[in-house]
Amino acid sequence: MPPILRQAVGGAREVDANGATVRELLDDLTGRYPAIKGHLLDEGGELNRFVNVYVNNEDVRLGNGLDTSVDSESTVIVLPAMAGGSPT
Amino acid sequence: MTCLETPRCAALAAIGNTPLVELPRVTADGGARIFAKLEDQNPTGSVKDRVALSMIEVAEANGELEPGRRLLEPTSGNTGIALAMIGKVKGYPVTVVMPESSTPERIELLRMYGAEILFSPGNLGSNGAVAMARRLAEQDPGYYMPFQYANEANPAAHYCGTALEILDQIPGGQVDAFVAGLGTGGTLMGTGRRLREVNPEVQIVAAEPLQGDPVMGLRSLEDGYTPPILDIRELDRKVLVSNTESVLALRKLLDLEGIFAGVSAGAALAVARRVAAELDESQQVVVLFADGGSKYMSAGLFTEPIEELEKRMEERVWW
Repeated sequence: MPPILRQAVGGAREVDANGATVRELLDDLTGRYPAIKGHLLDEGGELNRFVNVYVNNEDVRLGNGLDTSVDSESTVIVLPAMAGGSPT
Repeated sequence: MTCLETPRCAALAAIGNTPLVELPRVTADGGARIFAKLEDQNPTGSVKDRVALSMIEVAEANGELEPGRRLLEPTSGNTGIALAMIGKVKGYPVTVVMPESSTPERIELLRMYGAEILFSPGNLGSNGAVAMARRLAEQDPGYYMPFQYANEANPAAHYCGTALEILDQIPGGQVDAFVAGLGTGGTLMGTGRRLREVNPEVQIVAAEPLQGDPVMGLRSLEDGYTPPILDIRELDRKVLVSNTESVLALRKLLDLEGIFAGVSAGAALAVARRVAAELDESQQVVVLFADGGSKYMSAGLFTEPIEELEKRMEERVWW
């Protein structure tokens, strides 16, 4: 979890959540920490524009989105979308 | 996308036409061949020479930039250094806005080329520099801000230059995947568009920095900024790379191939190896190394124990 969202999950940098897809996982997470829902998802239940979710370091938006599969070994990272800087 | 043909003085004519070299020793067994585009071979040592020159030449051709204006740009280093050099040659004074956490080598280089430097808060990263530069440009019409994050001349530099060079240099003109670091998105968009025209099946893959907690700071998610020139639908994959993974890849590159590259190159290489391992020996991956290692010497990236580096790296924007 990025620093800005940690307050909503009791200050934790890492949290456990269950589900077979990213959508199920976020549903589980937002069920337990309702304060986080508005940050992660828009009104239509899709990923908020300024949030990126990565499964095993791959951005899910470029794959199967919220339907991306996860398993017990998966690491899921939630980050604010950020511009890089130079040198690139 | 149109490409300009502009007469240039010697220093500016040396921009581009960088080498493409194969990296046989870092290539995974059984995977695709990996070739690296060495952008540190540009006059100020980074890929940003191409971008800065393209933005200035297009603005001059459009009549948006004329003598007497001052160039202003938010940058964490290389774009500012490139603009400062080109500004010096062409007679434009240059102001750059950069995060106060930038490396001393970059600050020294900017001063050497005569640029004025304004510092934005380090914990706001490049977003903080962007916000500050935009405020300044709105207040003073004497500034001309090329603004690499929204300037189509940025991807055009790669569409008209980098990509054509790669196609000319790589064996058989065959590129199956292209990997570069994600900053403004200019390299990936411009190069990707041209490569896709030649091979619609090419994978365009972004290596994205996993910023440390202090850099992510206390910003709200709504402060997130996606560069207008970046259309992530034109990417096939976007892969997050930690500072540690980037440094380990840089060290491997130096040890095995003798190439001394910058932080984003390490991240791009880590992703290129992952992509190459998923392809077969008949395929070819191009990875772009945006700059060399010399601007990072003071950070101890190549010599300090990785555990000691890890925490310190979290406090800065590296690319």
